[in-house]
Amino acid sequence: MTTSLKELSKIPMKLTPGHRLCAGCAEPIVARQVLMATEKPVVVANATGCFEVSTTIYPYTAWNVPWIHTAFGNAAATCAGVESAYHALRRKGKIDQEMRFVAFGGDGATYDIGFQSLSGAIERGHQFLYVCFNNEAYMNTGIQRSGATAKGASTTTCPAGSCVPGKQQYPKDLTMIIAAHELPYAAQAAPHNWKDLIAKAAKGFEIGGPAFLNTLTPCPRGWRHDSDKTIDMSKLAVETCIWPLYEYENGKFRLTAESARIAEGKMEKKPVSEWINSQGRFKHLTKDRWMDVADAIQEEIDRKWNKLIQLTKL
Amino acid sequence: MTGNLGINGDSAVALAWKQVDPDVCAAYPITPQTIIVERFSDYVADGEVETEFVCTESEHSAMTVCIASASAGARTVTATASAGLAYMWETLGIASGLRVPLTMTVANRALSGPLNIHCDHSDVMAARDLGWIIMFAENVQEAYDNAIMAMRIAEHPDVQLPVMTNLDGFILTHAIERMTPLDTHAVKDFVGEYKPLYPLLDVKNPVTHGVMDLQDSYFEHRYQVNQAMKASAKVIEQVFKEFGEISGRHYDMIETYKCDDADYVTLTIGSTAGTMKAAVDELRAEGHKVGAVKLKVMRPFPAQNLRDVMAGKKCVAVMDRHLIVGVSGPVFLEVAADLMDLPDCPKLVNYVYGLGGRDVMVEDLKQVYMNMMNDKQDKVNYLGVKL
Repeated sequence: MTTSLKELSKIPMKLTPGHRLCAGCAEPIVARQVLMATEKPVVVANATGCFEVSTTIYPYTAWNVPWIHTAFGNAAATCAGVESAYHALRRKGKIDQEMRFVAFGGDGATYDIGFQSLSGAIERGHQFLYVCFNNEAYMNTGIQRSGATAKGASTTTCPAGSCVPGKQQYPKDLTMIIAAHELPYAAQAAPHNWKDLIAKAAKGFEIGGPAFLNTLTPCPRGWRHDSDKTIDMSKLAVETCIWPLYEYENGKFRLTAESARIAEGKMEKKPVSEWINSQGRFKHLTKDRWMDVADAIQEEIDRKWNKLIQLTKL
Repeated sequence: MTGNLGINGDSAVALAWKQVDPDVCAAYPITPQTIIVERFSDYVADGEVETEFVCTESEHSAMTVCIASASAGARTVTATASAGLAYMWETLGIASGLRVPLTMTVANRALSGPLNIHCDHSDVMAARDLGWIIMFAENVQEAYDNAIMAMRIAEHPDVQLPVMTNLDGFILTHAIERMTPLDTHAVKDFVGEYKPLYPLLDVKNPVTHGVMDLQDSYFEHRYQVNQAMKASAKVIEQVFKEFGEISGRHYDMIETYKCDDADYVTLTIGSTAGTMKAAVDELRAEGHKVGAVKLKVMRPFPAQNLRDVMAGKKCVAVMDRHLIVGVSGPVFLEVAADLMDLPDCPKLVNYVYGLGGRDVMVEDLKQVYMNMMNDKQDKVNYLGVKL
């Protein structure tokens, strides 16, 4: 697998320009990086969401590879169905080449409504890569809270009000929950570090079983940052340890890229306040009234970061 | 395989699948369908089929796997019942809307609540508007035959719609009846090789399945589903004809029993059609001019077939094993809408019966005819309810 930019730029585009995603949306960036990670023919399954509606408004399609969408809560089962057909038809000699299968879903489709479908498909051992575009809310329906929404974030169903400081709960740690399935491969990535993301996607494609890649995908509309700050947000999330880069491979946890360097003390671990100050969805947390919430978030991020470091030592 | 078998309905469906050897089967266990997937699992375990068998974690995922697998280019089957069909509900409309030619057997069982595992048609009737071809079985033989014929109907290029073949829970799924299977070669020849139209796995010709339709295209696509459903009637009749040639068992969209000179006629779905024939025989022996119609295919609705039979009758009682709360039985509404403009439209009455597996006996059904003959009945009646 090549990871030089020069070589990558020559790979034919599987997702073409001309889709209708917002300026600054990280989803197509992540999707292109993932699709660059395999040279084999790939079939894409997609949950309902921004990415699905924006790339396939009839009679147009932005897809140069086979693509299927059925519903919201079943991207993993959809991918599993295609993969099952592939195995059946290969066994009967009707398909003579190797293929790869990838499912894309947002955090709503992955952490919440499609969680059971994903867990089932992983348990059954389908050979597919599931990629979560985690933008930490239901963005397609207009920024509602999900199980991935950060504590303190203001969304349209957990707005910051005079009595409530946005979302009151911490997000579900889905990557760890998926790792608890003891599947061959699970990882967290973010699009600013394309090399790390592509390498993880490539591992996922070739691991020979179910693989899960949770990607942080900044959303300028939902996070309230300028659309030219998407990659900066991705980077800051890793530098503050809000979104550590790591992988779980054959039972072992390993930090990668900037996260590994922070753990080794070779890179500064930035304070969570930088993250909170960078986005409008946390604006209320910068006021005196909710300072304790910001402090609690820092404490929780530190606790989880230390726990992750311990896991990598096992 | 030839000769007669003593076999229950679920095992008969599993036998049909074994003989077809579909590419993919995805299913989830639910009473009274479970024997189907259990028997089929035995065939998988013993290498008697090559099928990729996917035991999903829910019916929503089972139907999803089936839609995706059939879209990918694999002949795909599944089975469910009651709450399982309800849990699939979202995806059922997707299967027809994406024109996916998969087949599903439904072991008809009451919907909760209260919880009940026995036969009625509340599951299939709640799914009747979702674009599936819907067939019913009177007995185990028909359940087996329907499972085979369904594939030919679904996969026909003029149709490309999913087909649901129903059999009454416990009454047919678990009761052992005499059944004559076809020879396995005959089954394989009859269904032929699945030739998918736009398979996802044809990676050289990439196709986008399941697009976003807006105001300018959704209506047209639903209209096309309707056109395909209408076109399926001709295909169904042709498949019935060809099946009759290899099996000696001749089917039609509706089956009539002693209707030619009858003044009083019932319309029934599923296993009760057999009981109804016994009621007709007894009343005929007493000199009454009565007959019975069985609705074998409900989607497409055989409107003209029913008009041809019902015109000029004095009274028609539509038997519904489901109640639309606050209205009537659903089949009654459809028959009434179909016959209302006949110049000699019979009087139409509705009997809701057998909910949650309540037994319906020959005597109960004879009473329906007696009520028609004496004109002692309401427009909507509740047969056998304890008040």
